[in-house]
Amino acid sequence: MAVLHSAPRFRLIDGLKAALTQALDDHLVEADEEHGELLLTVKRDSIEDALRILRDNHDYQQLMEIAGVDYPSRAERFEVVYMLLSLTSNSRIMVKCTASEDTPVPTVTTLWPNAGWLEREVFDMYGVLFSGNTDLRRILTDYGFEGHPFRKDFPLTGYHELRYSEDEKRVVYEPVELAQDLRQFDFMSPWEGADYVLPGDEKADTPPVDDPKTTESPKQTGAGAKADAKAAEKVSADAPAGKDGGEATDAPEPTEDRHARAKREGKATDTAEATEPRKKDRP
Amino acid sequence: MSHAMHLEESPTTGDEVITNYTINFGPQHPAAHGVLRMVMELDGEIIERIDPHVGLLHRGTEKLIEHKTYLQALPYFDRLDYCSPLAQEYSYVLAIEKLLNVEVPERGQYLRVLFAELTRICNHMLNIGAHVMDVGAMTPNLWVFELREDCMNFFERASGARMHSAWFRPGGVHQDVPEKLLVDIGNWVDGRLQELFGDAMSLVLDNRIFKQRNVDIAVVSKDDAVAWGFSGPMIRAAGIPWDLRKSQPYDVYDRMEFDIPVGTNSDCYDRFVVRVKEVYESAKIIKQCLAQMPSGPICSDDRKVSPPKRAEMKQSMEALIHHFKLYTEGFHVPAGEVYVATESPKGEFGVYLVSDGSNKPYRCKIRPTAFSHLQAMDFMSKGHMLPDATAILGAIDVVFGECDR
Repeated sequence: MAVLHSAPRFRLIDGLKAALTQALDDHLVEADEEHGELLLTVKRDSIEDALRILRDNHDYQQLMEIAGVDYPSRAERFEVVYMLLSLTSNSRIMVKCTASEDTPVPTVTTLWPNAGWLEREVFDMYGVLFSGNTDLRRILTDYGFEGHPFRKDFPLTGYHELRYSEDEKRVVYEPVELAQDLRQFDFMSPWEGADYVLPGDEKADTPPVDDPKTTESPKQTGAGAKADAKAAEKVSADAPAGKDGGEATDAPEPTEDRHARAKREGKATDTAEATEPRKKDRP
Repeated sequence: MSHAMHLEESPTTGDEVITNYTINFGPQHPAAHGVLRMVMELDGEIIERIDPHVGLLHRGTEKLIEHKTYLQALPYFDRLDYCSPLAQEYSYVLAIEKLLNVEVPERGQYLRVLFAELTRICNHMLNIGAHVMDVGAMTPNLWVFELREDCMNFFERASGARMHSAWFRPGGVHQDVPEKLLVDIGNWVDGRLQELFGDAMSLVLDNRIFKQRNVDIAVVSKDDAVAWGFSGPMIRAAGIPWDLRKSQPYDVYDRMEFDIPVGTNSDCYDRFVVRVKEVYESAKIIKQCLAQMPSGPICSDDRKVSPPKRAEMKQSMEALIHHFKLYTEGFHVPAGEVYVATESPKGEFGVYLVSDGSNKPYRCKIRPTAFSHLQAMDFMSKGHMLPDATAILGAIDVVFGECDR
């Protein structure tokens, strides 16, 4: 595909993928090249070794960023993505590994001193543990905060809100109380896979019952003489649309010429009795 | 016994025995450039250790972005580094364009470069002014704020907003600018900027007190600058000519002729001077943009990405549908992940965008420039005096809207 966009143009040398694949050897799980970016997935336990190889032998001198991503449907739900930059060969690559809540990722503070805060941020936001990081405190959230807010199952509104209380002369924490429901605008087209859950939807697919209802004999259908008699009963007080009903009113004049249609003939009016239910049914 | 021995060996103790003590710098401190709390361990007036506590301005921008369509998320970027709003938008729109592979018309590219450089001047005006004020000078700050105000007026004339422009859009820019605005920017760059900025800097650059406060403060070696992930003026002051506009050009930066100022000594003074020189380089780029800018469309004509003109909507049903779809459902971005970084006035500002093919970003990680720099605060300040901390902080050029997100 021809490159039309004007995003930063750095060097993605031909054969870089092959060279790095070979260099990382059995640390590597997968190497991907898409959107002009090289993406290497490595085994979690050897992330430090892999990054050391890239730093020392392939001139990726700078660690610009560590990003966490949450994919709750996966077995190991988190991805930790390291963005590396080479100042000398003018190249950028992304290296990532997967992790779950209780599988720590080896720290890379041994390779880059600035990894400390970056790992702290991923820990704070996602709860990914980094083994070997001696200072794994929370960094962006409040003192005493609980939970990991960037996980997909953490609500956007959070659980606590705080305000300054004039009575107590201090900041107080309270459970979140929304004056109106949080409005989630989902503008995805319903024809293209939007998944709406509307009130009452839960009735649509009730779980299968143990003892399904079946009609095995004609008896069970509810048919028979009794039902026929019931069906023959007149429901309305009179015949619908009696000919000698009430006072006839002419149909209004047509507002435009309609040659094709024949003129309406005869009288057909709806009487009050014809449209009302029988008296005995009335309350 | 051994305890007493230890105290007597302490180099700063004279007649009296002084033990280390801890103070809070901030969270509310005029020289903290926002809400930064630094727990400082001092030995007398010498800084032993600094533990910066960030996050007091954390608003969960990245989480909020996951709940918005791509276009609705754009204004959040103005509110990150509120001193250089357009520079933040730049990384984000480029990341979207990279995933979509959209072509931006030439005039749109020139306009973006022009306003990104104007933003750089605007940002440096604030930082330069704040830095000199942090170390005791008042007048230059007031003068350069005049220039900053001029920039704000230009932004307002282009987008309608002084700070939160939301003017860069995926595919180009939102609206074309009036011809008179370009003329005025050209005149301002040649006239008022050179004059007023030159005057202000003549008060500072050779000032004895300013040099006493900045020269040889927080010297960072080249190796350290690389290892700590420095970028922007911080890495250039260390003598490494690394500028993303040159090395990884985006839009029409590859057609611009400008120099990269580098420092020789890697101290706070160098960082300051690098920024001063960058203002003049930005002025050069702005002049070239004005000279080369062609006429034509300012935004992609791909109607699945950029909305049609209002006039077109009065005539064409198709245009009306496109407009409605873009402002309700928004556009869908092909699945994939990219990391796009641009040279913001403060350094490398990156956006790691993960798309799942829907109309909302699955994940949008923002790489703030301040994170690496502020983290180095501890080792840069070690052994310096307490008042030097403000000079070091001023030379980092940190804004907490961006650091804390």
